[in-house]
Amino acid sequence: MRIWAKFIGYARFKSPWLLHFDCGSCNGCDIEILACLTPVYDLERFGIVNVGNPLHADVLLVSGTVNHRNRIVLANLFNQMPAPKVVVAIGACGLSGGIFRGAYNVVGGIDRVVPVDVYVPGCPPRPEAIIDGVRLGLEKLRTGGVTLDSKDGPIGATEENHPCSRTN
Amino acid sequence: MRSALLALIGLLAAPLAGSLLIGLDRILTARLQSRIGPPVLQPIFDVVKLFGKERVVVNAWQAFCAYAYLAAVAVAVVFFFIRSDLLVIFLIQAVGTVFIVVGALASASPFSQVGGYRELLQSLACEPLLVLVIAGIYLETGSFAITAVDRWPQPLMVRLPLLFICLLFVMAVKLRKSPFDFAACRHAHQELVGGVLTDYSGPFLALIEVGHWFETVLMLGICSLFWAGNWAAMLALAGAAYLAVVWLDNVTARMNWRLLFGYAWLLGLPLALINLFWLYRG
Repeated sequence: MRIWAKFIGYARFKSPWLLHFDCGSCNGCDIEILACLTPVYDLERFGIVNVGNPLHADVLLVSGTVNHRNRIVLANLFNQMPAPKVVVAIGACGLSGGIFRGAYNVVGGIDRVVPVDVYVPGCPPRPEAIIDGVRLGLEKLRTGGVTLDSKDGPIGATEENHPCSRTN
Repeated sequence: MRSALLALIGLLAAPLAGSLLIGLDRILTARLQSRIGPPVLQPIFDVVKLFGKERVVVNAWQAFCAYAYLAAVAVAVVFFFIRSDLLVIFLIQAVGTVFIVVGALASASPFSQVGGYRELLQSLACEPLLVLVIAGIYLETGSFAITAVDRWPQPLMVRLPLLFICLLFVMAVKLRKSPFDFAACRHAHQELVGGVLTDYSGPFLALIEVGHWFETVLMLGICSLFWAGNWAAMLALAGAAYLAVVWLDNVTARMNWRLLFGYAWLLGLPLALINLFWLYRG
């Protein structure tokens, strides 16, 4: 049984499927993320495939600041991904809100809504840094004990458990 | 005893061969795009990972359809390995297709629904061709049994070349290759998300993936019948057919279902009928 669990862990490490969500980014980070899939960086050599479907995805890549509208979308995407999963926040805006941090419509970084496993700083980060971040997330994915199971209930989708509604 | 052994080989070796073939396909595709590409075992990693994921289903029907599809294609492959009847194999794999459609339509997601309808259109377009190919084999050998094909002194290819082209066409559709990959496609996530696979996830997606391995082997097996009797020629023919389909996948763009019908019924059916008429006269 232990060998099978190890094999599954190895397979998780070898076959992470990405879901990329642009949470209101300026497209700078998104272009760098897409650059990772081109022949120059070729993410598919790590078995990484860009799937457009949260039900198939293992890694959620999020770029851009969260605002009051798209935080529901972000939480929804996160909750639709079957466990185990990791979240990678990309770029200054995704980490903390970046230069939009104090704006009235901005909630802040991704981690105000969903639990983030890896932070990739930069404005925008280089494709090498993004690949590094994803690989770091995969190390967490291999051991399995990453983020919440969906049995623990949805995250951030309702007003009550949203950090914003508590702090204001 | 012999057929039980052959059935076991079919059940174990067919998915393994299918997964390796798909791994090679992914490497070849990557090289054609000047990328390095994933390791050859990538499809196996994908499936093992999917089996290790959390179970999420839309409804019980969906899960049932995944099991039914896998069972149908696995039984079809077993029947092929024990050299059974071609018509029976055709009907069993058609049952698999039906369950893919039912599973897709069981969910309310518009992408899944669109994928389901497109899958239905695909089988409407290419299954008549497959039946005509089998009819051609019957006209030539006088039997639907694969054992009769094995014993036939002359390769079927000599007398059924146009039907072989039809079979290649059907194979491109069944293996979900461009330009006919509009029911489910990894690369179409902007327009279709996952087509019929949209609402499958985790272990159930893995079951469908394993079913696809079986289907790949089944289609290549039917291809290899066209040079039955000589093992090297069978393998070479199946390999060449697979290469042709991978090449087609890489050089063409996805088309819509009207064009699929155009090609299948205005080009494929006449080709098949000409070949059948020729067989009937000769």
